[in-house]
Amino acid sequence: MSTLDIGFATGRGADGGPRARTTGAFRARRDARRYWLLLLLFLGVGIAATLGLILYHNPVTVDSPSFIPVVKRRLTAVAAMFISALCHSFATVTFQSVTGNRVITPSLLGYESLYSFIQTSVLFFFGATALVRFSGTGAFFLQVALMIALSLILFGWLLSGRYGNLHLMLLIGIIIGAGLNAVSGFMRRVLSPSEFDLLQSRLIGSVNNADAEYFPIVIPLVLATVLALFLLSRRLNVLSLGRDTATAFGVNYQAHVLLFLVLIAVLMATTTALIGPMTFFGFLVAMLSYQAAPTFDHRYVLPMAFAIGFGILTSAYFLLYHVFHAQTVVSVLIELFGGIAFLTVLLRKRSL
Amino acid sequence: MITLHHVRKSFGDEVRIGPLNIEIPKAGITSLIGPNGAGKSTMLLMIGRLLKMDEGRIRVANMDIASAKSNDIAKILTILRQENHFITRLTVRQLVGFGRFPYSKGRLTKEDEAIISKYIDFFGLTDLEHRFLDELSGGQRQRAYVAMVLCQETEYVLLDEPLNNLDIARAVQMMEHLRRAADELGRTIVVVLHDINFAARYSDRICAMKNGQIAAFGTVDEIMRPDLLTDIFETRIEIIDGPYGKLAVY
Repeated sequence: MSTLDIGFATGRGADGGPRARTTGAFRARRDARRYWLLLLLFLGVGIAATLGLILYHNPVTVDSPSFIPVVKRRLTAVAAMFISALCHSFATVTFQSVTGNRVITPSLLGYESLYSFIQTSVLFFFGATALVRFSGTGAFFLQVALMIALSLILFGWLLSGRYGNLHLMLLIGIIIGAGLNAVSGFMRRVLSPSEFDLLQSRLIGSVNNADAEYFPIVIPLVLATVLALFLLSRRLNVLSLGRDTATAFGVNYQAHVLLFLVLIAVLMATTTALIGPMTFFGFLVAMLSYQAAPTFDHRYVLPMAFAIGFGILTSAYFLLYHVFHAQTVVSVLIELFGGIAFLTVLLRKRSL
Repeated sequence: MITLHHVRKSFGDEVRIGPLNIEIPKAGITSLIGPNGAGKSTMLLMIGRLLKMDEGRIRVANMDIASAKSNDIAKILTILRQENHFITRLTVRQLVGFGRFPYSKGRLTKEDEAIISKYIDFFGLTDLEHRFLDELSGGQRQRAYVAMVLCQETEYVLLDEPLNNLDIARAVQMMEHLRRAADELGRTIVVVLHDINFAARYSDRICAMKNGQIAAFGTVDEIMRPDLLTDIFETRIEIIDGPYGKLAVY
């Protein structure tokens, strides 16, 4: 099946007569229709909330010459939502399929701990002014590079040679993350309250952290990575069947796992450095997308995950800013709901 | 032909498999039998490149499985393990369709669809083809998995204990299907079995293993001998002539 617009399997035609037997991504035409409706719905919610964020309560009219400068800040936030939805949804779904486990998130590989470690140590060793100045393209790409480097060392060391074990790698990722968290936790304890407050705003993901000056590099990088993942999604389908089955079908498992993990690392490092950590957001999005896209085929699951992620982020910000007039950071809420969803799935499945 | 030359594998200091030297000829069903821990599955997994050997060489149809490209191997040899758990829900047809991956890379053509239908029909799964795997009984599910690897249309098919957890009727049915796959489709099937009588009834050759070594390899009549089987299984085994050939009684 080479086109995206069919995607249903048919045993019998609408008139009850026999049809050509084909293998689709969905079990029935009904499932395929439901998929496209939900995809349009979530995209619609996302677009509506985006327009709302840009236009609602905007004192300047669209045809006014000062419109563009005024919405610039809002546009930056929306672009940050777009990037983070793209990164988290694609990275989490891919990561869960590669590892064959639907209750873990790529945050386990320690990106977020490394990010908070870097931020905390800048403040700890060089003071508050240094942390405020620790931004700009140089600092940004330094952090992205450090996070990708950490994961490459982790993957390269643990996935090749005699260790060659994905679960060992995850375990060590968790341990490194916990270690970094402990060290930064210690450093935070000796900060003054005002310094701590400054740090805290950096450590909770917020689209307002995003700086538009990184966009010319970040957006092409993220789009290219996402496109690569989408083009590789047929291989991801086979990889999600596990090591043995994928090998029997002639897929070089080790090399493909490494490739996918590198792409995941690029996405996670970029979004973490741009916006900050959002541990459960990807998990929430992935879990909802499996419900909305009941198929094995990642060519359908991945776009759905993005649509859901973008819809959630934009509508959450819109509701919070313009309906509830709360200036709380949305990630706090998303993490709350994501965490609850995570616990629900964990308790319902009763096993990993 | 599958050729193993001086193949060794050790698990720690205690368990050593090999050196294994064997030539499994083309066509027919070859059963691997032997007590638990004899190395049957290890040998099968090494041939199917799911387990790396420590030493030695394995050639399948003149292709060195350690150095050939994985995708090329996937067109001549496939392997199905005992336990299969997938994180996604798949219908029977989607599962069987994955068997075409070495050829179509996930873009199924009309020919692929016809081949998929052929194997679904071959295993009597036609009415179940749009059921999810978790909606099937154990026997039906096992048939779907075997249909998936046969749909790969490889000359060599390796199956690790396909009768595991099947009742007698389902086990007989599975072996009948495998027999037909060997006879009508000309496949070479290597299968790990626990029941000597199933091996004797349905296979052309039996390879008996013990303590990591190949104890005996030959036709059914050559292996179904009371002294040989008693020695291999360390249990008194008598052979009697049954209506379908030799029967082991223990």
